[in-house]
Amino acid sequence: MIQFEDVAYSYGYGGRELLAGVSLSLPAGSFQFLTGPSGAGKTTFLKLCYGELTASAGRISLFGQDPREMSRDDIANIRRRIGVVHQDCQFLDHLPLIENVALPLTAAGRDVAAEAENLDELLSWVGLSAQRASLPPQLSGGERQRAALARAVIMSPDTILADEPTGNIDWDMSLRLLQLLVELNRMGKTILIATHDLNLIRAAKAQVAARVLRISNRQVQVGSDL
Amino acid sequence: MSALRNLMSLLSGDAQADRAVPPTGHTARLTVFTSAAMAFLAVFALALSLAAGRLAERWGEELARTSTVRISAPAGQVAAQTEAVLRVLRTTPGIAEARALTEDEQRALLSPWFGPDLPLDTLPVPQLVEIVEDGRGYDSDGLRLRLSAEAPGAVLDDHTRWREPLVRAADRLRLLGTVSILLIGAAMASMITLAANAALAANSQVINVLRLVGARDAYIARAFVRRFTLRALTGAAAGTVAGMAAVALLPRAAETGDFLTGLGFQGAHWLWPVLIPPLAALVALLATRLAALRMLRTFT
Repeated sequence: MIQFEDVAYSYGYGGRELLAGVSLSLPAGSFQFLTGPSGAGKTTFLKLCYGELTASAGRISLFGQDPREMSRDDIANIRRRIGVVHQDCQFLDHLPLIENVALPLTAAGRDVAAEAENLDELLSWVGLSAQRASLPPQLSGGERQRAALARAVIMSPDTILADEPTGNIDWDMSLRLLQLLVELNRMGKTILIATHDLNLIRAAKAQVAARVLRISNRQVQVGSDL
Repeated sequence: MSALRNLMSLLSGDAQADRAVPPTGHTARLTVFTSAAMAFLAVFALALSLAAGRLAERWGEELARTSTVRISAPAGQVAAQTEAVLRVLRTTPGIAEARALTEDEQRALLSPWFGPDLPLDTLPVPQLVEIVEDGRGYDSDGLRLRLSAEAPGAVLDDHTRWREPLVRAADRLRLLGTVSILLIGAAMASMITLAANAALAANSQVINVLRLVGARDAYIARAFVRRFTLRALTGAAAGTVAGMAAVALLPRAAETGDFLTGLGFQGAHWLWPVLIPPLAALVALLATRLAALRMLRTFT
């Protein structure tokens, strides 16, 4: 579970305050959207959720631990429990897709050869079996997003954070990606998607009990209505 | 043992982890070249240091046990004074052996300056008497007094005047060689640190991705450390082999005169340069690890 207690965040010393007095929790197994205008702090909020940024004030609890009190190794361990999908995906362009997807296993020191079957299943699940040997620059936007999702879930994380995952892909591909996220939620994973795509939120709410978090005026408001 | 195990595990590597960092051809070539050049120079510095050490030891030990009596007398008195000097020396405690140098030996000593056909009998060349001390040594002041009484043309030279500066110079030369080796190691560490920093900066995107997927700093650093360590080892091995070959091909002392006697390696000293590649690898390992861990702290 991820919890925020009266959290504020400012960029740099004396910089603009992007978030203030944010208190909420992302309960295990929940499906949530984070929405708001560009520059409101959606990406910042996600970065706070996986320890890339730390709160300027207040307290964040990642699975019961405050990132400010954690060592760099502890942060790395926490990130193995949180899968992240970025809008720009962030792949290693010199490695084929299969190795990019397996990267979290490699980083955790696990034997990738022993996980070959799981990897094949995962690629099949996201519909990328045929592209396993392709390099990331050879993939389309939708394929990259699905590959990023596959990499995010390879460690079977508790929580999946997605930052504008459908920003660069067409509507059909967006729905397919959403479907995969819904399936993950049904497996008990906590999902948080930062998006400004209201149609995507509506499509999700037709399938799952999704909660919408809205960032406005440095506050995060919780609501279920669009 | 665990340090050795870690080093072996580092060198044996993790193929999957290694692939995460893309190859950097230019940096790799520069690192290998730098290591080779530094190892080459280190071989020469080591040869210089060892040779200077041997020279200082030889001058310090052998020359300290020998002295010379120089007899400058009118032509008709040289033989008598030589005989008197030898008589005094034979009865002086602390002298193991004393003998007058033959004409041929004296000619050989002077031939580097005057050529081999020196007519010694027509020149007022002093007669030299070589003294070898026993372990106790002799009283040089007392001997001078006795010689001045028995042979007025005899002058005792116990080598102190020129031996001490020579030994001091040889010791300084040895120190210079040692300092050179340390400087070469420090320069190599600096250059590898710069190369490692450049490689880390060029791979900031890779590091970001690895941190994002939960890689620990030690894991990321290891990919860079292993790469630079192996490059340093390879380069240093090549440089050491080239340096040893160059030292082996140096002209022999017999061909060039006594001044270069002993420059190079002798006997078991040939094993010393073998330590250069592993030491270079160790320097590279520590330099890269420090650089990597310091830079990784700037990544969230």
